[in-house]
Amino acid sequence: MERHGLRSYLVGFVLAVILTVIPFWLVYAPMMPPGRTMLVIAIAAVLQILVHLHFFLHVDFSTPKANLMALAFTAVLIFLMVGGSFWIMIDLHNRMAI
Amino acid sequence: MSTHAPAAHGHPHAEAAEIHEQRALGFWLYLMGDAVIFALLFMTYGIMVGNTAGGPTGKQLFDLNNAAVETALLLSSSITFGFATLAARQMSRQAALAWLAVTFVLGAGFIFLEVREFVGLIRAGAGPDRSGFLSAFFTLVGTHGTHVSFGLVWIVILGAQIAIKGLTLPVTSRLYRLGLFWHFLDIAWVGIFSVVYLPGLL
Repeated sequence: MERHGLRSYLVGFVLAVILTVIPFWLVYAPMMPPGRTMLVIAIAAVLQILVHLHFFLHVDFSTPKANLMALAFTAVLIFLMVGGSFWIMIDLHNRMAI
Repeated sequence: MSTHAPAAHGHPHAEAAEIHEQRALGFWLYLMGDAVIFALLFMTYGIMVGNTAGGPTGKQLFDLNNAAVETALLLSSSITFGFATLAARQMSRQAALAWLAVTFVLGAGFIFLEVREFVGLIRAGAGPDRSGFLSAFFTLVGTHGTHVSFGLVWIVILGAQIAIKGLTLPVTSRLYRLGLFWHFLDIAWVGIFSVVYLPGLL
């Protein structure tokens, strides 16, 4: 097979299943403090998104540069807008609470 | 991303392949715009999640089993779409159609569960008008569900094109873009169960 053959999809699927089962299991059967479970959920989500991007959407170093640039730009935009909004709203919340 | 190759395989039309590649980039840009929309809806949900206005919270409303089955359906549909892509690359029309059909059934199952959940919530008095939390919830999850529904329509149209026209370059080119769309929606769902359902039920 070529670069993105059956193997790529199967490996991606198995990794995605593992990264889905771990967070669901931690909510089904809590075995650590909620704060730490949240951290695991967040890490598993980020890892799974990377797995999907690589094995299903086939983003890698052979991806055309324009696509990678668009992806990186989008990531920066999302970071600014989401991070900035949370910053403002949490700050506002704290000021209102005083 | 470098799977533009399937259409180019066995087709000596270099010019057509180039057009195909440009369209792939254009569609990629659309998906990036969609990613921004979802990111902002996630952000809105994150800010509104505590604003229940004395109404029910996620912990009282969400059903972990339902979310788990929805996740399983969508993740399975992602790999069956991958199989359809591989079948199309090998110019196997029947296999491509069969895998697309399986993908459609899985996606339709997902939509069924989601609509059932929404109807249940609204009947229980927990509709989008109940609180800021529920407005944000219905907007975020509903936007994703709308995308999946459009994806289902697209699968039907493309299935018909494969059946009627065969796996020509334009058709495989469209199949490639639909694949990007479908896999992208699975990524958005990873965000939804990680931001909405799991933390809500924790």
